[in-house]
Amino acid sequence: MSKQGVPSSDAVDQPVLVKAVSISKRFGEVLANDSVDLTIREGEIHALLGENGAGKSTLVKILYGALEQTSGDIVWRGNTVKIANPADARTLGVGMVFQHFSLFEALSVADNIALALPKDTDLKALPERIISVSKKYGLPLDPNAMVADLPVGVRQRIEIVRCLLQEPSLLIMDEPTSVLTPQEADELFKTLQRLASEGCAILYISHRLEEVQRICQRATIMRHGKVVNECDPRQETPASLARMMVGADVHAIKSTSEITTGNPLITLRDLNLPADNAFGIELKDINLEVFAGEVVGIAGIAANGQSELFDAISGERRVENVHAVNLLGVPVGKKKINPRRKLGAAFVPEERLGHGAVPGFRLSDNVMLTRFSTEPSLLLRGILKRGNAAEMEQRIKVNYDVRMTHDNPEARSLSGGNLQKFVVGRELDRKPRVMVINQPTWGVDAGAAALIRQALIDLARTGAAVLVISQDLDEIYEVSDRIAVISRGQLSPAEPANVMTRERIGMLMAGMGEKNTSKSDEGQAHAARA
Amino acid sequence: MSALEPILLTIITASTPLLLAAIGELITERSGVLNLGVEGMMIVGAVMGFAITAMSGSPYLGVVASMFAGMAMALLFGFLTLNLMTNQVATGLALTILGLGLSGMLGEAFIGQPGIKLPVLHIPGLSDIPFIGTVLLSQDILVYISLALVAAVYYFLFKTRAGLVIRAVGDNHTSAHALGYSVLKVRYLAVLFGGACSGLAGGYLSLVYTPQWVEGMTAGRGWIALALVVFASWRPLRLLVGAYLFGAVSVLQFHAQAAGIGLPSQLMSALPYLATIVVLVIISRNQAVTRANTPACLGRPFSPDR
Repeated sequence: MSKQGVPSSDAVDQPVLVKAVSISKRFGEVLANDSVDLTIREGEIHALLGENGAGKSTLVKILYGALEQTSGDIVWRGNTVKIANPADARTLGVGMVFQHFSLFEALSVADNIALALPKDTDLKALPERIISVSKKYGLPLDPNAMVADLPVGVRQRIEIVRCLLQEPSLLIMDEPTSVLTPQEADELFKTLQRLASEGCAILYISHRLEEVQRICQRATIMRHGKVVNECDPRQETPASLARMMVGADVHAIKSTSEITTGNPLITLRDLNLPADNAFGIELKDINLEVFAGEVVGIAGIAANGQSELFDAISGERRVENVHAVNLLGVPVGKKKINPRRKLGAAFVPEERLGHGAVPGFRLSDNVMLTRFSTEPSLLLRGILKRGNAAEMEQRIKVNYDVRMTHDNPEARSLSGGNLQKFVVGRELDRKPRVMVINQPTWGVDAGAAALIRQALIDLARTGAAVLVISQDLDEIYEVSDRIAVISRGQLSPAEPANVMTRERIGMLMAGMGEKNTSKSDEGQAHAARA
Repeated sequence: MSALEPILLTIITASTPLLLAAIGELITERSGVLNLGVEGMMIVGAVMGFAITAMSGSPYLGVVASMFAGMAMALLFGFLTLNLMTNQVATGLALTILGLGLSGMLGEAFIGQPGIKLPVLHIPGLSDIPFIGTVLLSQDILVYISLALVAAVYYFLFKTRAGLVIRAVGDNHTSAHALGYSVLKVRYLAVLFGGACSGLAGGYLSLVYTPQWVEGMTAGRGWIALALVVFASWRPLRLLVGAYLFGAVSVLQFHAQAAGIGLPSQLMSALPYLATIVVLVIISRNQAVTRANTPACLGRPFSPDR
């Protein structure tokens, strides 16, 4: 399968650290890994590329002992080994930083780290070791802080330090930069390069091709559970890498050049909202106008007030001042969700399963839930018109390419990307005049993401106002006409996309645009220094 | 002093079964399992403790029997909820109903029989000190065990690695599994510990509190223990305060009623509940502490995706 790549420099002469030989993993009917081969050498940063569902996660979970392969061998430094559980993997020298962190929110940093270390670890000496390792690699950490209080960038540092304390020979990183500011990502790359120079191999999973080109010497590309290619990413272009991943040219997003903006359809004026729990974010004096015909993107690192902002606009939380939120010329601050929908607004929350859709409900019933108030055909004097909902579900399925194994399945049986297409399609199908969407393509593969983004732009060009909240900067740039940045509950003024450089966004994400930047938050201050 | 001593003694007697059952449930819940069957495990412990004591003549054998009876019930609960992944709330309720029925059947032969009381552990010298000795140091072994358990559970949860693992499993079972901890094993052990403690609490009722077997003699104490765990926000020392407060107010209101205070008896009977709620709400004011101590995975089933 693998073609002989261009001879590459760096680690190619290094001894082989680990080899996966013809690994297969079957989940019921599905073959998640089909005779996968992978070779990692000491001291190399090796990229594992592929779309969602390509089998990357399955493969690394097998390497980390969290899953057991159906067939195939793992050869570690020349010996075939059996990795029965994560503890075995750690003893061998495999460390893993998870995409959705495997941290315990209610425990301290030191407790979180202790849980991953061998049983005989001296817990009293641990805080000192944490501090010394975190200093050595430039990853500042307070061992006594509670995880729930920490921003996501710092949480990732905990995971990394936890791995480093085990002195790993192979560090697996699953989508590490998806939650970081560009500056934090730069810091991470420095750490990784330093580790590699000390001989630690790094298996780097990402779908951000420019990062892979920047730091990786080798790349293995997977598609549909198989390895389809192996190459030196530095010799490729992003387009050629994307082609290998998707197996076809990725649909390029087109935006009609002329934007005819009309009236403001979303207006936020001095929007204030107190935090609703100890770990919530308070929204402070948010001002924003989104005009008919444009897409405004709100960038920001996770948990800086995005969900609170979404809740305030959608009506999941109501605000004191009626005029603070104005949709289509109507002050709606105290209105619930359905009255806002009736005005012509549509909302897609971040969490598709459980929030955007009821997991155990069929898709047609999920259509019913967000649309009964706006579609007279769905409800006749309180009686549900199931047939009409099923028709809508069919239409959404066809128009937005939602793939399902049988007709009208339960929401939970769809893959993440397909469910997202359904949830977005359900709202777009209404032809709303205002669309607010939080994390439109989180965890969605490139093909589906392109489809969703294109649909959002097309909607705006028909005269709707579209507000996209996303942590993915590439996405923000792809869809937005204007960009604002949210940081600790404050929103920067929205500026045209062509004047918002990545550096500027990064600075704003790190809190440089806030009115009172407090120096107390260690994580933010660190990002600002970088 | 002569009036105070018996009151204090009854307060200890009233509080100990609550404390025993609640400290066990605290560990169970810290591991992320909600076992609403405390009442059922208690009453089976009570009947088995009484039966074995009556047959063997040794109340100490009875105490051991009550403990194992509680564990057997907990094992059943663990098998249903952890292996077969039945709903924890429904299974817990069923366990209570089963326990009440089963104890009635097992105990039929013992109704009306005189029981043997668990003897007071006489500590030479100390137990004779006036007041302190005669009240605090002239108790049966289960009182000392209950207090030692609170200290031990506190130390275990917050100072040992095994306790850390229990808290981790209760906080995020997916992460704990990803790190290689056996979620099911940890939860089984926690459920069994909870069963043992509930069984002991039941044994205390039929061997100390009223040394005889009466059907339904737990009289809702299992539910109070469950409530105390939640109100104490899963902290052992607060649990101690809550259990003794409840015990104290229920004894005192009884004496007040007997003394003829002109308040309606229904109001007086409600006092222990009111007082406990008020005090525990006040000490639970700090939301951050409550949140940090609430097992986030409580009641959620776990199936490893291996």
